[in-house]
Amino acid sequence: MWSFYIEQLIHSLPFFLKGLWMTIAVSGLSLLAGTAIGFIWGILRASRSRFVKPLIGAWVDVVRGTPFLVQVFIIFFLLPEFGIQLEAFPAAVIALTNLAACFICEIVAAGIQAVPSGQMEAATSTGLNALQQLRYVILPQSMRIILPPLVGQFVLLIKDSSVVSAIGVMDVTRVGWLTVQRVPQGLLVFGLVAVLYFVICYPLIRISNSMEKRMSAGVTLNKM
Amino acid sequence: MGRLNGRPIVYMSSAMLETFNFRVIFEYLPLFWSCFLATLWLSAAGLLGSLLVGTLACGLRISRFKLLAWIAGVYIESIRSTPLLVQLFFFYFGLPSLGFRMSESATGILALTLNSGAYMAEIVRAGIQSISHGQVEAAVSSGLNYLQRMRHIILPQAIGVTLPPLLGQAIVLVKDSALLSLISLSELTRAGQIMTSERFMPAEGFLTSALFYLIIYYILKGLTHWSQKRLIYMQT
Repeated sequence: MWSFYIEQLIHSLPFFLKGLWMTIAVSGLSLLAGTAIGFIWGILRASRSRFVKPLIGAWVDVVRGTPFLVQVFIIFFLLPEFGIQLEAFPAAVIALTNLAACFICEIVAAGIQAVPSGQMEAATSTGLNALQQLRYVILPQSMRIILPPLVGQFVLLIKDSSVVSAIGVMDVTRVGWLTVQRVPQGLLVFGLVAVLYFVICYPLIRISNSMEKRMSAGVTLNKM
Repeated sequence: MGRLNGRPIVYMSSAMLETFNFRVIFEYLPLFWSCFLATLWLSAAGLLGSLLVGTLACGLRISRFKLLAWIAGVYIESIRSTPLLVQLFFFYFGLPSLGFRMSESATGILALTLNSGAYMAEIVRAGIQSISHGQVEAAVSSGLNYLQRMRHIILPQAIGVTLPPLLGQAIVLVKDSALLSLISLSELTRAGQIMTSERFMPAEGFLTSALFYLIIYYILKGLTHWSQKRLIYMQT
C-alpha cells in the first residue's frame, strides 16, 4: 500500500519541482523588489520629513495589521474593479512585494536610527551632502544591524509565499494540494512539500543566526 | 478559484465599486460579528496552547538529557523552516489517512498551537534567562519561601520581559488564524469569502474583514506599547 503511494509520488516529482521553481520565482522576484522598495521607504522613514514619514508609518501599520491572505484576496479581487485585470502570478508578486517592503522598511529604519547621531553631525561638518552621508557614513554602519534580521525576514517571506496558492498560483503548496486529491496520503504528500521548503529555509536560518553572532561583536563596540 | 475573466464582469463590477454597498455590509454584520468572535477564540486557544507547548519545548531544549533536547530541537527547527499553511494541510489531510478524525476547528487549533509553540519556546527561554541566579539566591537568603519568591521576585521580572514579545506573538496568531479559512472554518476571512461568493462583493467583504483585523491589531499594539513602558519602569 505505502510503496504504491510512494511510487506514485516519485512519478509526480517533476510536478513538485515545477512547483518549487514557481515558489522560488514568486519569492525571489518579490524579495528583490521588496528589498529595494523597503530600503527607500526605510530611509525616508528614518528621515525628518514631516509628511512622508507618518504616511509610510500608517501604511506599514495597515499591512502589518491584516493577514497576508486578506491582502492577497484584496489585490486579486479588487484591482479588477479599477480595470486592472491581473493574472494570479503578478497579483501574488505585487502582494508579496508590498509585504516585504513594509517589513524591510521597519528593519532598515531601526538600523539607521541605531547609528549614533554624532556620526551624522560629523559627516555634515565634513561637508558631505545628504546622499554622500548615507552612502559613506550611515548605511555601512547600519548594515551590520540590518543584515541578520533581513535574512531572517527573507525566511518568513518565503514561507508566506505559500499563501498565494490560495488564488491558484501553481507553487509547491498548490501542487501538494492538487496531488493529495489523487494520492490520499496527506502525511506523505505534505511531508514532501515541507521537506522542499525546509531545504530552502533552513540554510537561510542558519546564515541569519551565524550573522547575528558575528555582527553583534561589532555592535556592542559601536555603542561604547 | 473564482477568477474574474471577461470584460462584461469587469464593467459590471466597476459600477459596483462606485456604489460601495454599505447596506449589504449591514446585512452581513451579524455574520461578521460571529466570525470575529470565532477568530478571537481560535487565536486565544492557539495562544494558550502554544504557551504550554512552548514552555514544554523550552524545558526539554535546555534539559540535560541529550535525546530530549534533540527532539525539542528538531521540533523547533522543522516548524520554523516550513510554512504554517503546509503544516495545516499536513494535519488536515494527514491525520484522517492515519485514522484520526478531528473536526476542522480542532485541526486548526492544533496547527496554530504547534506552529506558534516553536516561536513561543524562544520567548519563554528569554524570559527565564533574564533573571540572574543571584536574584534567586538573594531571595532564598532573605528567607522568602518558594511562593513568595515567585510572587515578589521572579514573576514580576519574567512577565515584564516576556509580555511584549508575547503580545507580538498574539498579533501574529490572529493574522495566522486567517489561514484556517482555507480549511473552511468560519472566521473573519471566511466571512469575506462567503460575501464574495454569495453576492459577488469582494470589495465590501474583504475590506470589512480587514477592518475587523485592524481593530484587533491596534488594541494589541497599544497593549504592547503599554507593557514596554511598564518594563522600562521596572528596570530603573
